[in-house]
Amino acid sequence: MHRPQAVEELESVVIRFAGDSGDGMQLAGDEFSRSVATAGHGFATRPEYPSEIRAPVGTLFGVSGYQIQYSSHEVFTPGDAADLLVAMNPAALKLSLPDVKPGGMIIVNSGAFTEANLAKAGYTSNPLADDSLSHYRVFPVDISGLTSQALAGSGLSRKEIGRSRNFFALGLALWLHHRPIDDEIADIERRFTGRPEVAAANVAVLRSGYAFGDATEIFPVTYRVRPAPVESGRYRSITGNQALALGFVAAAELSGVRLVLGSYPITPASEILQTLAALRHFNVVTFQAEDEIAGVCSAIGAAFGGALGLTTTSGPGMALKTEAIGLAVMTELPLVIVNVQRGGPSTGLPTRVEQADLLQAIYGRPGECPLPVLAARSPADCFDCAIEAFRIAIKYMTPVILLSDGGIGTSAEPWRIPAVESLPRLEVKYRTDPEDFRVYQRDENLARAWVRPGTPGLEHRIGGLEKDFMSGDISTDAANHQRMVEVRAAKVARVAQDIPPLHVDGAQSGDLLVVGWGSTYGAIEQAVVQAHDQGMGVGHLHLRHLNPFPADLDGVLKRFRRVLVPELNLGQLARLLRERCLVDVVQLNKVQGRPLTVAEVYQRILEVAG
Amino acid sequence: MSFVRESPLPLSRKDFETDQEVRWCPGCGDFAVLSQVQKLLPGLGIPRENFVVISGIGCSSRFPYYVETYGMHSIHGRAPAIATGLKLARPELSVWVVTGDGDALAIGGNHFIHLMRRNVDLKILLLNNRIYGLTKGQYSPTSDFGQRSKTSPLGSIDRPFDPVALALAAGATFVARSLDVDQEHLAGVLRQAALHRGTAFVEIYQNCVTFNDGAYDSLTDRATRDDTRLLLEHGNPLVFGKGRNRGIRFVGGEAQVVPLGQNGATAADCAVHDALAASSGPAFLISQLGPPDFPVPLGVFRAVEAPTYDELSEELGRKARAASGRGTLEQLLATGTTWTIE
Repeated sequence: MHRPQAVEELESVVIRFAGDSGDGMQLAGDEFSRSVATAGHGFATRPEYPSEIRAPVGTLFGVSGYQIQYSSHEVFTPGDAADLLVAMNPAALKLSLPDVKPGGMIIVNSGAFTEANLAKAGYTSNPLADDSLSHYRVFPVDISGLTSQALAGSGLSRKEIGRSRNFFALGLALWLHHRPIDDEIADIERRFTGRPEVAAANVAVLRSGYAFGDATEIFPVTYRVRPAPVESGRYRSITGNQALALGFVAAAELSGVRLVLGSYPITPASEILQTLAALRHFNVVTFQAEDEIAGVCSAIGAAFGGALGLTTTSGPGMALKTEAIGLAVMTELPLVIVNVQRGGPSTGLPTRVEQADLLQAIYGRPGECPLPVLAARSPADCFDCAIEAFRIAIKYMTPVILLSDGGIGTSAEPWRIPAVESLPRLEVKYRTDPEDFRVYQRDENLARAWVRPGTPGLEHRIGGLEKDFMSGDISTDAANHQRMVEVRAAKVARVAQDIPPLHVDGAQSGDLLVVGWGSTYGAIEQAVVQAHDQGMGVGHLHLRHLNPFPADLDGVLKRFRRVLVPELNLGQLARLLRERCLVDVVQLNKVQGRPLTVAEVYQRILEVAG
Repeated sequence: MSFVRESPLPLSRKDFETDQEVRWCPGCGDFAVLSQVQKLLPGLGIPRENFVVISGIGCSSRFPYYVETYGMHSIHGRAPAIATGLKLARPELSVWVVTGDGDALAIGGNHFIHLMRRNVDLKILLLNNRIYGLTKGQYSPTSDFGQRSKTSPLGSIDRPFDPVALALAAGATFVARSLDVDQEHLAGVLRQAALHRGTAFVEIYQNCVTFNDGAYDSLTDRATRDDTRLLLEHGNPLVFGKGRNRGIRFVGGEAQVVPLGQNGATAADCAVHDALAASSGPAFLISQLGPPDFPVPLGVFRAVEAPTYDELSEELGRKARAASGRGTLEQLLATGTTWTIE
């Protein structure tokens, strides 16, 4: 096989595939990730797709992108800027160009650079013909034409041939990065089982893209990245939404209790419902409700029946579920509510990432209505958080809000598959003893007893009206109400004593502690590692438990002179830290529907601590 | 009409009374419904602890507090959704939803229609007083056009819902209507609802003594009621009136009153009520009857067997287990492409 002389050894590479939403860029990206994953690289991905399913062809708002960073070490983010951009049309080039490193490689599908497509992307002159791309290494390849050539005589229609273009781009990208093609062919055949003509076409086009790299000699250099030295074990690739679904099945298995998910489809959370709907052979029931309210209410009904009640949604759905969450607080039933956050308010940016629902999760209900709030930091962390959410819900008989977001929900990373015996046990004890039963009598955790209907002698009524402190009968007594408000708050506060000690990465004390939560983990971690490597006294604390705060938080904050809080909102955790820990906090806020970059966090660290 | 499950445990009405003070206005129609339910439940052969009563918000939604079973007094309009979740978790329970015209048809209208179409195996009693009682006298989705109330001092311009027609149109498998003060009729309808497998919907005309007193006087007054009521009986012709002197027939989908004994007309010329018809069409035609030209139909409009939602849901699980096995967590976590790092 011909290879150019120059093979560049790289620590890590960022590749971005961009094209029309119908160009199959997500599939090309997924396949590339699978290829580097199985070779033992660290990687992280970020799909970006428009909310329109099939936006008009060639338009800027129809561009779908997929970015992946893979590396010879652990990877925390999909990368700030791309080393290689594959742009399938002018709109994809225009939109992605700001995210390409100066001097980066750009492969463009020159066959799509027609006057009509240039006009749709708002180009007045062809960027391939003027000098506007002079800061990049541009390789025009007629991917459309070469795909048609590869499938000439296949009997496929023009439209069907067009659908295989992504495999040409994938083949070329695999060749440039010294990836083996055989695994990929096997995977295409697996993926298109039952449609052998499609599989054959895609394989032909993939080979054609791969061979093109070999034959043309237009690429002066190819790239090689060493595998990452990671912990030994069995790995798979997982998105946050998939990890949540698996975590909830694990909660059902570990507790021996049926999981009932009541949910209404909403971007970007639907995948959790879809995944669990296909796992009915476990002790799992899924219910696609008529609306968001029925989703949470059916989960509450299931919890009353003794099941693990679960509802999943995103921002607009959270607003609709608010009243019912209050009912779960009042009736003190275990329930987990997942909010895969997206850009807001209102319909906002449905397919983009944001972290602006934290204050809503903690405070956003009428009345004094506290409940525990958790946030997952990465796709793999979603698995552990799902189990932790049910552990708290069951132990304290309370609804728990678990925050994820559109970034980690749809992004993939390698996940070391845990041994089942290493997972925590979830102990469920229903009360069956009728002796001296009082509906709101509390145990040492201030939790009331969970009683399943069908248990003789324990018949009782609960509801949204204020309850008597012991009997659970309706009570409008003034002192009783204050006592109940206080005990509900005390119960949630008690969770703070039940959280593992906080762990700080980097410096353990000194100049600056960077405190984050949720999907900003990767960017903050990498930036703090960089700063720490430069000799700066910078540490990173990433909070999973956001309400209540861990009991040792104050102590950790005091070890540092300054605190920086980067967030994808206008300062919600920053506000909580000031209010609850009485510390001065410096902020870094980004609300663009895009994740924080390592460079942004690093820059801010330099400003604050430098 | 429905299968009978008679194996009475030694339970009595007393076993279903609670120690809670009943907080309805004296003379409220809700008392009569509560009393019938408390009489009915002990005889169904179901252990007391397997009953669950779920309600939303409103006067009628106080119901669970007064029945000594498991119960939840939930939030406005949402009882059908909560009850559906409970049945999905615990299909073996006998679940009863008690609701009102505002709770079921205004704020909870969406849940109501979806409950009907899914055919979840539960009973839903709608106590219809055509007024908002708990909030003290605003018009409801079943109030008459033109009704004056606190929020319609100039007369309501809302056209009312007919709950029976709505339930039928939404695909309900059991639909009935009765009247709070007619204890015998109500007992019979509730009993048939209890024995139905699937969603059993019963609209109960219930008098609000405080805010809409007399709404159903013409149906309850001995002087008029024979002429204003049409008592539905499966397999029998639609006949009503003093001395059963009139009947109903349908010509080209339009109802006509047939004076019996005149021009040789007999009951044989009237439409025969078929509650078991596969189509809900005949029941829907009957549901359109009412004043001023026709009597109000009472009784069971429709009672057909169909797979229940909770049963189908359990079946999905059983089939999935038959196809894929019970599944272990170990297998599940390692689904898809995996790789091993030494």
